[in-house]
Amino acid sequence: MAVLAPRPPTTWTGRLRWTLVDGLTLVGRELSRLRQEPGELIVSLVFPAIMVLLFGYVFGSAIQIPGGGDYREYLMPGLFAMVSFTSAMSVTMKVATDASRGVMDRFRSMPMARSAVPFGQTGADVLGGLLGLVIMVVTGLVVGWQPHRGLWPTVQAFALLVLFRYAMSWAGCYLGLVVKNEQTADQLLPLSLPVTMLSNAFVPTGGMPAWLRTVTEWNPVSALTASSRELFGNPGVPAGHTSWPLEHPVATVLLWSAALLVVFVPLSVRTYQRKGR
Amino acid sequence: MDDPIVVAEGLHKNFGDTRALRGLDLAVPAGTVCGVLGPNGAGKTTAVRILATLADPDAGHARIAGHDVVAEADRVRALIGLAGQYAAVDEKLTGRGNLRLFGRLSHLSRRDAHRRADELLERFGLMEAADRRAGGYSGGMRRRLDLITCLILRPRVLFLDEPTTGLDPRSRGEIWDAIRELVTDGTTVLLTTQYLDEADRLADDIVVIDHGRAIATGTPDELKATIGDRLDVVLEDAALLGGAASVLAGLAGAEPVPDPESGSLSVPLARGGIRLADVVRELDRAGVAAADVGLRRPTLDEVFLRLTGRPAEDDPAPDQSVETAPAKETV
Repeated sequence: MAVLAPRPPTTWTGRLRWTLVDGLTLVGRELSRLRQEPGELIVSLVFPAIMVLLFGYVFGSAIQIPGGGDYREYLMPGLFAMVSFTSAMSVTMKVATDASRGVMDRFRSMPMARSAVPFGQTGADVLGGLLGLVIMVVTGLVVGWQPHRGLWPTVQAFALLVLFRYAMSWAGCYLGLVVKNEQTADQLLPLSLPVTMLSNAFVPTGGMPAWLRTVTEWNPVSALTASSRELFGNPGVPAGHTSWPLEHPVATVLLWSAALLVVFVPLSVRTYQRKGR
Repeated sequence: MDDPIVVAEGLHKNFGDTRALRGLDLAVPAGTVCGVLGPNGAGKTTAVRILATLADPDAGHARIAGHDVVAEADRVRALIGLAGQYAAVDEKLTGRGNLRLFGRLSHLSRRDAHRRADELLERFGLMEAADRRAGGYSGGMRRRLDLITCLILRPRVLFLDEPTTGLDPRSRGEIWDAIRELVTDGTTVLLTTQYLDEADRLADDIVVIDHGRAIATGTPDELKATIGDRLDVVLEDAALLGGAASVLAGLAGAEPVPDPESGSLSVPLARGGIRLADVVRELDRAGVAAADVGLRRPTLDEVFLRLTGRPAEDDPAPDQSVETAPAKETV
């Protein structure tokens, strides 16, 4: 049987098609990996549920929401935002692992679409993220959280969460292409946690010192959390006297996402394509 | 013979102050195995990366089947396979999963990708492990999987960068068998190695490179012939070394090197050689009893030592360490 190498496309539509097809193949790769690692799959699905329960009942027993309201109602938008933010590190990890194991070089030496790898990695992350999101939503519903403002705002809230996650996954992809080393990536991993903590995701910021409050208010995680609270109709929406990002959380999330994409999509694609040594 | 399928002309590549390649020339005829031999840091990996379109040369040209590796990189990629120094497989996928993934990424149809995966697994003895995760494979199996992953599209040229480094002897043998199998298909193989026996067993032609330049080219036999055969004589009585030395010097026309420790002598032979029967008779006549007399072809190690001034597999000398770093760190 003769296996012929297909000719690389020469038109831009052909190249776009290759990019899409290759990107989808790489998404499929992530799914096959999960199939091979049922343990990992279970952990990645159970983890969000555990966080809901842990934060909801441990913190929830001690934290008072300004203006009243149930802490678990307050918490869920924060957890959604946190997961959207920290997911970038798992992309970093995967990309860095591919780079350090030579898999990236194999991709590069194959006649495949050149931007398919970053597109595939980030696309796969979002698809996997949707699964985790569903688990969190279900757990949230079980512990008493729910959206209150009807279908359309709810859809908008989830759309923002997914958009921000996608934008972050490009930042993560770029980081992975730059560090090229899974050990380094592994050490970077815990750094994303403090960033999510320096926000309004888990605790009201009212009691923080002024400088710290300023930091948290400008943290995109805060804006993402605030946009979710607003759109879900959950408690904790800041009243009036706060900074611009929290007064316009939806616009802030859109701006952050756009900025991340504008910066990191070209950077990642260029870095991936750049020939090394 | 046709034009060589792999051609490199005057390749230069610098990494900062390190000059990894300094005018490397290569020519590999189609259907042969070319062994690129050199100490650590000689520029082997850099050369392979340029030929496989992963790096651009600072100066010089390289062509695969007539296609320039820089200007026509896409065309070249459709013709080649590359197995780097690491087994570049997805450890979280099964062996079969890896082959299917890379088949799909090579734009085979799902059916063709699956069929090709099974063919390769069958042919290279990995069928039993096909549904196990590659992360659980032994080093040798992982390398073999890595190797056959390059074969999905039946590349015309296969680049193998130190394909057996770090493997136990049995696994090395399996990789060698796999490479020989490929050659029967007509695949051209360019392999780098620091194992001389590997080059000796597999390569039709050997290119010895050092400091980024080819310093010798030829078949293993040709390279060995540049040193010539040696005559080794072990004496029963080490006290007679002097007498034996003058006999051998007369026969071989060269000064023997005595080793008083073991009571033996070794003398290089001019081309044309010498008859063992003459040696034994002349020694006998001089009253020297020989425990062992043997003609020995030089090993590639000796050729290598002669050409580069240092052994191949040893750790690099301190002054080489700078040069070693980039070649190793890049993959």
